[in-house]
Amino acid sequence: MSDTAAGLLQLVVLLVLLAAAWRPLGDWMAHVYTTEHHWRVERVIYRVGRVDPDSDQRAGTYALAVLAFSLVGVLLVYAIQRLQGFLPLDATAGGDAKGAVDPAVAFNTAISFVTNTNWQSYVPESTMSHVSNAAALAVQNFVSAAVGMAVAVALVRGFVRSRSGRIGNAWVDITRGLVRVLVPMATVLAVALVACGVVMSLRTGLTLTAADGSTHPAAIGPVASQEAIKELGTNGGGILNANSAHPFENPNGLSNLLEILAMLIIPVALTRTFGRMVGSIRQGVSLLAVMTVLWGGMLAVIWAAEAHAPGATGSGLEGKEARFGIPSSALFADTSTGTSTGAVNSLHDSYTAFGGGGTLLNMLFGELSPGGVGTGLYSILVIAIIAVFLAGLMVGRTPELLGKSLGRREVTCAAVVVLVMPTLVLLGTGAAVVLPGTAGALTNSGPHGLSEVLYAFASAANNNGSAFGGLTATSPFFQIALGAAMLFGRFLPILAVLALAGLLSAQPRRAESAGTLRTGTPLFAGLVTATVVLVSAITFLPALALSPIAEGLAASAQIGALP
Amino acid sequence: MTTTIDPTTDTIADAAAEAPRTPVLRGLLRQLGPALRLMLVATVLLGVVHPAVVWGISRVPGLHGPAEGSTTAAGASTLIGIDPVPADPAADPWFHLRPSASAPETATAGLGPADPSTSGGSNLATTAEGLARAVAERRTVVAGREGVAPAAVPDDAVTASASGLDPDISPAYAALQVPRVARVTGLPVAQVRALVADATDGRVLGVLGEPTVNTTELNAALVAARPGLR
Repeated sequence: MSDTAAGLLQLVVLLVLLAAAWRPLGDWMAHVYTTEHHWRVERVIYRVGRVDPDSDQRAGTYALAVLAFSLVGVLLVYAIQRLQGFLPLDATAGGDAKGAVDPAVAFNTAISFVTNTNWQSYVPESTMSHVSNAAALAVQNFVSAAVGMAVAVALVRGFVRSRSGRIGNAWVDITRGLVRVLVPMATVLAVALVACGVVMSLRTGLTLTAADGSTHPAAIGPVASQEAIKELGTNGGGILNANSAHPFENPNGLSNLLEILAMLIIPVALTRTFGRMVGSIRQGVSLLAVMTVLWGGMLAVIWAAEAHAPGATGSGLEGKEARFGIPSSALFADTSTGTSTGAVNSLHDSYTAFGGGGTLLNMLFGELSPGGVGTGLYSILVIAIIAVFLAGLMVGRTPELLGKSLGRREVTCAAVVVLVMPTLVLLGTGAAVVLPGTAGALTNSGPHGLSEVLYAFASAANNNGSAFGGLTATSPFFQIALGAAMLFGRFLPILAVLALAGLLSAQPRRAESAGTLRTGTPLFAGLVTATVVLVSAITFLPALALSPIAEGLAASAQIGALP
Repeated sequence: MTTTIDPTTDTIADAAAEAPRTPVLRGLLRQLGPALRLMLVATVLLGVVHPAVVWGISRVPGLHGPAEGSTTAAGASTLIGIDPVPADPAADPWFHLRPSASAPETATAGLGPADPSTSGGSNLATTAEGLARAVAERRTVVAGREGVAPAAVPDDAVTASASGLDPDISPAYAALQVPRVARVTGLPVAQVRALVADATDGRVLGVLGEPTVNTTELNAALVAARPGLR
């Protein structure tokens, strides 16, 4: 069988599994976030946390709870990294102590993991101990995912509730997301990954013997438990530097498919949860259609570009693993950048201009194809609001979505969400490019060098975390600028989304009238898709023209890299 | 007054009434207690108990070996590849791996043993001059070693993997090395081909991933067939 045919069949297997999970998981999550019944273990957690699980919060309180939780997370992750030298299991493969993590790296990493980004400005094998990985970083992999889901659900409640102004209880939403969704799924996946061959060891190193008899110290660690939530929570931060390209994190075609499935399953099923909660499954289906078109379209671009990579540089196999080849690498890259995960099973920096550009564009769309857990759903709902508003302007109909009118304040909130990311990306990239130290931080020059910087800020501001790894982002400028991009890229949209949820919840829910633009239709899905593409094209075309587009045109004209 | 207010209830309006200048800050402070307590609970349950449970499950027979790195009795890992170095380059008995970005700098363009204490690739762009040069160099070295035309060398042989530790090569690259390995080891070509076939894995379930030859298994099989090799 040709690799293209096998790749297409693999795609079918993936889509069938997703389709099978969509309904039960989506309905389960709708139940989790709407039932009034608390599990016993949850009651214990609420008692320990001293929170009243039956209080219904306004947007302001909900937002403050999310901010306080994240602030505590940043401080705790920073502290554990700085105290790493006093904690056990901090040896490298060679037996040296890793000691405390450097303050700039610890600062950047704390923000990175709390914001669900998982940008890594360090080499894990020589920097991060098993304890820091498990007790600091993996914990944030869980809770940051639960926070994303909570914010999405709060926004959906804004549409559902009438004249309320209240949007749920942040502590309950976070706890339930963990106890009833993320932890059970991550445990099952972790065991499945161990069965595939993913390592789960408490040793800090093992001595490997090569065929010639020479011995080599190798890094190993408790990978499987973290690998599962890394993909399931669309986090992406690896225990090993090569991430999901490392055989210990992703040993074969089956583990690869499971990891891809894990990245997609929750963001995809949340569209069903949304439809269920608003009482119209087709509303969810139309959002899923938008996500699918964008994800599928970018997959086609990345796959085709890599399959036609020039032979003089190895036909696209530089930076790819033999067991994955081009189809399984392209599928992983598209999924990882489309879900805000940022895990890699191949090096995006070594992709062709248009293949790598595809992964970049996936992030610049705003992480909604299908986006991160929760973040994908609220991002696409915000775009739907913008689409309704634009369509309302064009045809003179009342801007209304799901029975809620979209007035000045609602649209302002949506506009804030849409504008934060481009502002951070373009300002950050612009500042980096004019700084004299940046050229020295790049592996590649010319348009591809600009791509490395643009990719870094797109990844940070979208909380993706994948990298064009050729950029050495360890200078104080990059640590601070990318840290700020991750922080603002996460919390400014969350604050605007929660404000929006509060405004919508306070409104009465109106019945559809003849003047209402009908949503949940193929036409509306097309409108939302066009809005995504237009907004990102208008914002980023100039920057993209100078980076992947220039590189691709130069390569196809066989001019080679510009000096 | 503040002690009687439940931290989770809506206190924005109340807080504003009490301290009109900093309602947001007071609201945030009020949430910090629950936030800290719940984060500590999460750290214990998700950061200690959860990995311990997964580790415990991974101790059952059958999962224990993979969980500890899939190492063989000879101390090699079937998941990680480290390119063997021949004692005499003119009589090279080994099946060689793909180039690695963590190979020693003395190796030609990454054609040498990887360093498994770290991992990663070159990150060179397809338009980078350095990549075209490295690919050309590797092609020349591999073609010379196998005694074939440069055009006959498969692409995976001349490209560094993403992890630098890729144990797998394409069936085409394995086939290219069979004549030399048979000649140097003195094993019949048919037997070497059979060893390659034993070390070849098809796609998982027929469609997942790519067909590969595991060089750790293959070179171990060579040592088993010719114990004097090492």
